[in-house]
Amino acid sequence: MAFPATLCVPESDDTVKTEAIQRIRATRRLRWSAFARELLLLALLAVLCAIFARLSPQFLDSDNLREIARHFSEVGLMALPQTYVILTSGIDLSVGSLLGLSSVALGLSFEHLKWPFWEAAGAALGVGALGGAVNGLAIAWWGMPALVVTLATLAIYRGLAVGISSGRSITDFPDSSSWLGQGTIGPFPTQFLLLVAAVILAGAALYKSPFGRYIYAIGGNETASRLGGVPVDRTRFLVYLLSGLASGLAAVVYVSRLGTARPDAGSGIELDVISAVVLGGTDVAGGDGGIIGTVLGLLILSVLRNGLDLINFPQERQPVVIGALLITAIAIDRAVRRRRA
Amino acid sequence: MTETPASAERRREGMTTPPSGFVPRWQREYSALAVLFALLLFLAITRPAFFSADNLRDILVNNSYVMIAGVGATIVILAAGIDISIGSMLAACAVTAGDLAHRGTPLWLVILATLAMGAFLGLVNGGFVAWLNVPPIIVTLGTLSIYRGAVIWYTQGVWIQGLPASFLFLGQGTVWGVPVPVWVAAGTVLAGVLFLQKTRCGRHIYAIGGNPLAAELAGIRVNRIRLLTYVISGMSVGLSALVYASRFSQIQSNTGIGFELLVITAVVVGGTNIFGGVGSIWGTVCGVLLLGAVDPALAYRHISSYWEGAIQGCFILFGISGDALRTRKR
Repeated sequence: MAFPATLCVPESDDTVKTEAIQRIRATRRLRWSAFARELLLLALLAVLCAIFARLSPQFLDSDNLREIARHFSEVGLMALPQTYVILTSGIDLSVGSLLGLSSVALGLSFEHLKWPFWEAAGAALGVGALGGAVNGLAIAWWGMPALVVTLATLAIYRGLAVGISSGRSITDFPDSSSWLGQGTIGPFPTQFLLLVAAVILAGAALYKSPFGRYIYAIGGNETASRLGGVPVDRTRFLVYLLSGLASGLAAVVYVSRLGTARPDAGSGIELDVISAVVLGGTDVAGGDGGIIGTVLGLLILSVLRNGLDLINFPQERQPVVIGALLITAIAIDRAVRRRRA
Repeated sequence: MTETPASAERRREGMTTPPSGFVPRWQREYSALAVLFALLLFLAITRPAFFSADNLRDILVNNSYVMIAGVGATIVILAAGIDISIGSMLAACAVTAGDLAHRGTPLWLVILATLAMGAFLGLVNGGFVAWLNVPPIIVTLGTLSIYRGAVIWYTQGVWIQGLPASFLFLGQGTVWGVPVPVWVAAGTVLAGVLFLQKTRCGRHIYAIGGNPLAAELAGIRVNRIRLLTYVISGMSVGLSALVYASRFSQIQSNTGIGFELLVITAVVVGGTNIFGGVGSIWGTVCGVLLLGAVDPALAYRHISSYWEGAIQGCFILFGISGDALRTRKR
């Protein structure tokens, strides 16, 4: 090329090579430190398991492990899209109420419309998706703050659930309906396999698809993403839609597990869902964290709950432990982040 | 007066002087007031019985405890924070008050201890937020369950009953023909307005809510004031708990579940921006009265109270939609 000699900065092959090697090393180092939090959570999980296995002989019993898996499946299903939501620096407090509303929709369409159970389950999914879409519309397109919108829909969905059902529970579902909530496939509870499939799907979407890239981009810097051509509004809408859909799915599992559709189903469950996500290291300011962390957070949370149950720690006192764990974990995480910054 | 983003927004909206007097000069609060008047007008035409002196007095008394806690919540939200643990704090403070009164502690000591309990719980919230830099939503979501669990732990789920008459005076007595809770609420509102408008610290709260970084650079001790707002919120909940606990002769351990939603709704409906920096106590007063009128209005319209939660939620959405549309346009 005919450049003046002064502009052609001669770069020997060697410097290029060393730079490239350094860059690769840097990314590799970054990778390891990026997994430091997950390793820490894994260690915490192992310690908890060891403690409870020592304290209670039933803990490692296969029946007990199945029981744990049944219980965390509903929370887990909702925690996956909640991870997306929090990664985009949003929050969805309405998941528990939407679970209640969806289960009422299932119950009523089964009882009044005489739909077969699995079609009524479709109604629950539809109501869940609709509820999520309302959140998404208000947040993504009307630009309302997520915290207030979902605090409002927390009240609205619960109010609708109680109002439509007049506060009444619906039971008398056919035996076949318990397959999802009480049945097993091989040694595994059915809903656990559903959760595993959902985790793989959610992980693949977050780590391997453009949708996942958009989520991280929006959480990192919304304005920059918008200017960079990321479909910000559509992605945020989808994220809340998915969260609602997951609440509907969790409602089906809930009704199938307990054999009753209650308007107060899932009240307060948003605390568990958000705790699992945040405990798993997803930053509430968005842009940092992921599905792997959420799965670990979920496991820690459920092992803790089950272990406390087994050592006869009263259920109504458990929120004290879980709330304290949540705040402490975030305080430590913040301190570490601040030192690193 | 220095220009904060909040005051800049007021200026853009055509208000030349910042609200420094007792009378609100800005139209933000007026939207809640307008809806309140519309509702009252509607009721005046369709159900004149709504305006009996007894009914109006009931509305005021029933909502005085919401008003008291609303003053604290407004201050927290103005400083760009949020406190969703107030329902659980209400339970903790009410149980403190009830337990002490039940044991025959003198009234002044009960009041002092309850306020101290509220201040302490607020200090825990504020400490995590200001010193450890944990986001307020996470802290108060955590303490929401911690405080509630602690209350159930302490009471074993048993109701506190048999409260002495001197204690019940706080919630049921009257002074010069006006119920004590209304006096307490009026006093708290006045104190809150004076604090926010007339003290340096109050102006700093607006500055922090408008732009925390700018406030920090302007030499405001942001963390200290954020801590203070949570302590104020705790104390106002303590005061609210005194009025609440003494209105009924028993205290349950599930007291105040969902109370945070009611209070935050009132604040937001009253025109306070959820992101802080803009709003006033007067707005919250309008918000509380509006929400307080809805419930009896439903009863007068023969609508089941099952729908109350849904209607409250709709009010929140309505309350913030104005802000959302305005920012959207810009």
